[in-house]
Amino acid sequence: MSEGIDEGLRSKLQQQGVWVTSVQELYNWGRKNSIWPLQFGLACCAIEMIATAASRYDIARFGGEVFRPSPRQADLMIVAGTVTKKMAPQIVRLYNQMADPKYVIAMGACAISGGPFKQGYNVLKGIDRYIPVDVYIPGCPPRPEALLHAFMELQSKIDEQKLSGANKAAHLEPEEPSEFPVPEFGKHDLEPPANPNVFRPPAIERA
Amino acid sequence: MTATVQTLEAMERPPVSMGSRLEGELLEVSMGPQHPSTHGVFRMNVALEGEIVRKLKPVFGYLHRNHEKIGENASYLGSMPYTDRLDYFCSMTNNWAYALSVEKLAGIEVPERAEYLRVILAELTRLQNHVSLLGFLLNDMGAWGTPLMYAFRDREKILDLFESLSGSRMMCDYMRFGGCRVDASPEWLARAKKIADIFPRFVDELEQLIVGNEVVIARTQNVGKLSSELAVSAGITGPMLRACGVNYDVRKVDGYGFYPRFKFRIPLGEHGDTYDRLMMRILEMHESVVILKQAFEQIPPGPIINPKVKIRAFRPPIGEAYGRIEGPKGELGFYLISDGGPNPYRYRVRPPSFINLTVLEDLCLGHTVADVMVILGSVDIVMGEVDR
Repeated sequence: MSEGIDEGLRSKLQQQGVWVTSVQELYNWGRKNSIWPLQFGLACCAIEMIATAASRYDIARFGGEVFRPSPRQADLMIVAGTVTKKMAPQIVRLYNQMADPKYVIAMGACAISGGPFKQGYNVLKGIDRYIPVDVYIPGCPPRPEALLHAFMELQSKIDEQKLSGANKAAHLEPEEPSEFPVPEFGKHDLEPPANPNVFRPPAIERA
Repeated sequence: MTATVQTLEAMERPPVSMGSRLEGELLEVSMGPQHPSTHGVFRMNVALEGEIVRKLKPVFGYLHRNHEKIGENASYLGSMPYTDRLDYFCSMTNNWAYALSVEKLAGIEVPERAEYLRVILAELTRLQNHVSLLGFLLNDMGAWGTPLMYAFRDREKILDLFESLSGSRMMCDYMRFGGCRVDASPEWLARAKKIADIFPRFVDELEQLIVGNEVVIARTQNVGKLSSELAVSAGITGPMLRACGVNYDVRKVDGYGFYPRFKFRIPLGEHGDTYDRLMMRILEMHESVVILKQAFEQIPPGPIINPKVKIRAFRPPIGEAYGRIEGPKGELGFYLISDGGPNPYRYRVRPPSFINLTVLEDLCLGHTVADVMVILGSVDIVMGEVDR
């Protein structure tokens, strides 16, 4: 996290009342504690998302209570529910409209793979076919605690992002795409059926 | 929102002069599918004159999950978890409606204790549905956050009961053909009774907050009026119909379950406007508590499931059946045709939210675009049930 600062020196300085930090650390600390999600529910999981934001579970403890209805102001898209083939183009468009850096949580079985409705003719088999997903939460629907866990996972992911060097974060690379082509409804199905630059299905190995 | 300016040539000229520069021109606005107040992925194409709605066209299908087609391919019991996800606020009543229609189809008797458990769970579902509806409705009116926090505080108590009984907060999958899945312990019943006893206090608290509130009255009274003639001819059911003054409740009309054994009243509205629809929910919650109290006193010990029902290889005889219940949103029915096989030949849901939504344009015409959200909120839709 804080390369360049000697931990021993830092704790010695802290005893003297001097706090030392790096720009990267401060920047990531600010970003990870003020993630603004997009207020955007699709199906059943959206109700659990609201429950997470409501009184008992209180996502405000993690700095994520500011649900923004506009994608321009949001940092995080929680894909909460079944993505149908009619809705998928709108989701990709919303993702494209969000400002960098942006993150995606796929909440629930439907957003991951189609879930119980996978056999349906109108159900997209996972939103990761079109947009990159940072954290997946299984469950149907996942409990609010699971969403909070995903939120904390995302915070630690943000904390590890580098500002410079060879491993710097993808949103700082000018060549890395931040927008992805919006699929269109073709003759039979969405075209293309998946974005090959984003979708990397696990290779199936048969013994 | 995307907007295009259109001239009024094709559309009829509105009778009221708006006195604005936009007079005679309609602005077509697409609200949704991503909108904070459309209760899911619902879209309305609205033609506005200034701020007044002159035309409204709902666009459905953003959450069409092929429920009925999947139901025709799954076994009878295999459809039960899918019914949870129809109206995802009220999984218990969905389960009951589906179990009731299969029981009608196959002629299955239900033990007494199971019927009482079903009534208890259905009324608890009604409580938590109406409470969250009030929270969302006030949210749409501009009371951002606070009422929803109060509503969800008390909804969570009921969800805790569901969780300790069925293992899941929302997707309970609790009813079975001929009874229920697990028995309620005496401790569970005591806990549920305690929650039912304190619930009226919370409803009164919410009532005090909203009933006399000047903003709520200004935003809801005389907004979205529905005449009883239109409501009956459009097939509207549930609290929305009773807000127009039509005394129709499937609990009384059909007397399914053990509802004839309980003493309760049906609250009726007068004007059919948004305020009456809002008050209908509050009054119904009080009546639900009345039913719950009687059920906790009367519930007998005994078996909770009919042992004669086959769980594996369940094949009802050839025939058709329509079972309906009074769900929190209206008449929820399942129509099943059996050809003697392990899965239904035809599986059709009669969703109350979808049919209640058909009069949306009639309710919204002549009101401002801000009122559309309030009217939509008072119809109480859940997109999982509308699009299925």
